[in-house]
Amino acid sequence: MLDFLASVGRIFIGFLDGTGRFALFTVEGVSHCFRPPFYPRLIGRQLIDMGFYSLPVVGLTALFTGMVLALQAHTGFSFAAETGVAIIVVLSVTRELGPVIAGLMVAGRIGAAIAAEIGTMRVTDQIDALSTLSTNPYKYLVVPRLIAGTIALPCLVFVADVIGIFGGFLVGTYSLDYNPSSFLGVMMDNVATDDVASGLVKSAVFGFIVALMGCYHGYHSKGGAQGVGAATTYAVVSGSIMILLTDYLMTALFFSS
Amino acid sequence: MNDKIKIAVRGLKKSFGPKVVLDGVDFDLQEGESLVIIGGSGTGKSVTVKCILGLMEPDAGSIKIDGVEVTTLSSGERFKLLRKFGMLFQGAALFDSLPVWENVAFGLIQGHGMARAKARDIAIQKLAAVGLAPEVAKLSPAELSGGMQKRVGLARAIAAEPEIIVFDEPTTGLDPIMADVINDLIVKVVKDLGTTAISITHDMASTRKIADRVAMIYKGRIIWSDTVDRIDRSGNEFVEQFIHGRADGPIRMEIRAL
Ligand SMILES: Nc1ncnc2c1ncn2[C@@H]1O[C@H](COP(=O)(O)OP(=O)(O)OP(=O)(O)O)[C@@H](O)[C@H]1O
Ligand SMILES: [Mg+2]
Repeated sequence: MLDFLASVGRIFIGFLDGTGRFALFTVEGVSHCFRPPFYPRLIGRQLIDMGFYSLPVVGLTALFTGMVLALQAHTGFSFAAETGVAIIVVLSVTRELGPVIAGLMVAGRIGAAIAAEIGTMRVTDQIDALSTLSTNPYKYLVVPRLIAGTIALPCLVFVADVIGIFGGFLVGTYSLDYNPSSFLGVMMDNVATDDVASGLVKSAVFGFIVALMGCYHGYHSKGGAQGVGAATTYAVVSGSIMILLTDYLMTALFFSS
Repeated sequence: MNDKIKIAVRGLKKSFGPKVVLDGVDFDLQEGESLVIIGGSGTGKSVTVKCILGLMEPDAGSIKIDGVEVTTLSSGERFKLLRKFGMLFQGAALFDSLPVWENVAFGLIQGHGMARAKARDIAIQKLAAVGLAPEVAKLSPAELSGGMQKRVGLARAIAAEPEIIVFDEPTTGLDPIMADVINDLIVKVVKDLGTTAISITHDMASTRKIADRVAMIYKGRIIWSDTVDRIDRSGNEFVEQFIHGRADGPIRMEIRAL
């Protein structure tokens, strides 16, 4: 009985320890975003890595998402016809699927890369070396990634929105034989600034989460190549779960009133 | 040499889980003095210096640098303190995303805000001092041999001319001639710039050349410490065994015969 209680206690303390460490890391990382010195060069490099080089992946997934949405809407809601398909595509893509799918793709591509890079730096003493060269690793490694993630993902999602709607438009006009101008007209009439804006706000949060998870797991990795591998997996899995969780919370918040 | 105590370590303890690595390490180091720490593999030499730099948190004990207790510093104060230090890591720990010259110039550019072109010139000078040609400067660390990486790490540690330099096995992995060149370099840095140095080595030739004082660590404590000229008359059987590299003696390696 005592053994059992002891192990429950240990697990609970371990959980608190992990949560506390994560909270401290987040506070420390964010607070350094607002204190000099800043490294604009590094932010720029990360923006290119995270934003520009993610364009093909995000663009392709957005295109197929829009296309498949139009098909599904057409076959699933046969009563909906042209107007319904157009509305479903445009609202689903801007409010929900654009941000979430781009977020998940970036979690896989960028979250993993960040965790692997910072994790390797940790286990080879490079992070300690940074400190001995009068450079704060939070400012040099974590801050540029957090900032770049928060900026890059909304930009990506904006592009993904456009490409996703275009995918729906392609399927609607070529394969479902809707009238191009009226189909596009319905789409444009039914998308409000709020829909796009809510999607972009969500994606900024997702971008921050992906970068934070990559940095946190990389920073605390230990035990050589195996440890770095584990950190990478944790970064992707926890990033993806956090994206879906905060997505639900934010959607409930935005559209409750 | 003056009598100012630069580093004072008292009762330093550090364990990893159940494994006690440091069990009360004490030593003093005067300004401008060169201390060499010797001891068997895995006895906690690297852990000791990482505690002094604050890269690892000790479980107990006191470390004073220039009379200031550093184990209780806030992280901001610690970064200020680290400006006094340069360190060569055992595994070199070069930044593999940067070319060699930027590695060497890193502390100058980031820490001291020096212009890149000027820092580059200094980096190439420091590389020459460790026997590396200017062509090496633009290679990436992954393209270097282990010994070359070590020397780049050494150039990086001395580039900003810090007050205290820590060398973790500076000559391991170098050929005997290059090792001697590095020994001379360390002696020169300490003598010319009045740098306080802590070196870790297994190499007795190197110890005799670079040390003012030698400390031997065994089972988590400093068991012997004295000036280098007394090392052959230490009267300590542990030191005797270590410097002559004998398998039998009071230090038992934890191995079993085949
Ligand atoms: N981060 C760590 N986590 C767990 N154990 C560690 C860690 N760092 C060091 N140790 C343990 O501490 C002991 C001392 O390590 P340290 O690296 O200081 O040895 P060393 O004296 O420098 O040896 P060597 O001459 O081989 O470099 C080792 O037994 C090692 O297992
Ligand atoms: Mg060591």
